[in-house]
Amino acid sequence: MQQRPFTSGLKAGVPIGLGYFAVSFSLGITAKKAGLTIFQGFAASLLTNASAGEYAVFSLIAEAAPYLLVALMSVIVNARYFLMSCALAQRIRSDEKWINRLGIGMYVTDEIFGVTIARPGYVNASFVYGCAVVASPCWALGTALGIAAGNVLPLRAVSALSVALYGMFLAVIVPPSRKNKAVLAAVAVSFALSYAMARLPVVREWSGGNRTILLTILIAAAAALIRPVDDDKEEQHA
Amino acid sequence: MLKTWIYILVMFAVTYLVRVLPLLVFRKPIENRFIKSFLYYVPYVTLAVMTFPAITEATQNPIAGYAALLVGLIAAWFGANLFLTAAGCCLTVLLLELFLV
Repeated sequence: MQQRPFTSGLKAGVPIGLGYFAVSFSLGITAKKAGLTIFQGFAASLLTNASAGEYAVFSLIAEAAPYLLVALMSVIVNARYFLMSCALAQRIRSDEKWINRLGIGMYVTDEIFGVTIARPGYVNASFVYGCAVVASPCWALGTALGIAAGNVLPLRAVSALSVALYGMFLAVIVPPSRKNKAVLAAVAVSFALSYAMARLPVVREWSGGNRTILLTILIAAAAALIRPVDDDKEEQHA
Repeated sequence: MLKTWIYILVMFAVTYLVRVLPLLVFRKPIENRFIKSFLYYVPYVTLAVMTFPAITEATQNPIAGYAALLVGLIAAWFGANLFLTAAGCCLTVLLLELFLV
């Protein structure tokens, strides 16, 4: 018997939610450093559903950066979601309700996109909602607990947990680097220039946020010029 | 307090727009080769820039951070999933800092 899409979504959401919970705990530690209250962290994560994006913005809040920079950073760091939504848009029924388009747009994350696009046929909004109902609260709860436990946990544990987010980033960038030489080169150059900018006089006085935006635009543009992506190869999925 | 809420709203609004615009407006694939390629490379570059050297500054002792980076790179290279890679990094720091700190 065929499962209802919402139920399938709930099931797909469980492993995603577990992973989210662990990683968002580490995000909560960053949020605490930026001065967010437990409720603010919960709300921020429930609304935004973005790991790298939230991490980058929390770091900017800690630096008391201007709002415009926060907006610019949100565009850059989340640019990959733009790409995923373009891919999803091709698979949405042309007469799909507006409210469902608005709803699906809330939950275009790496993982939910992954399980949604892997299903055959048109995107089913109920499936996305089922997945989101489980995964998004896990993300928000983990963030809130990270903020709360930052006070209680020993420094040793906080130090260890604070690298979880970076571990997750590595899990995203390394496998494609292994398959694709151009991505590998882009990642290696990013590491090198990011290190250099953190050390060089004058430049190191810039905020981390400014450095991230500048390097992302420069390196990604250079890579796009030197090694444009082949039209035939569909390698959009991050 | 109010400033923090404004920050959160800006982050939410911009992130949501980035995601929802293609679903509402662009129903055709992006044709421009440069834009397509640029968007393809952005996530890898931005995550790489944010990871290093920040990971070495997140820990109490930078050596533990470098070790976590190395463990994370190796684990992900050999196909460890998101959760395992993150856990490996955390464990490395925890164990090393027993001696280093």
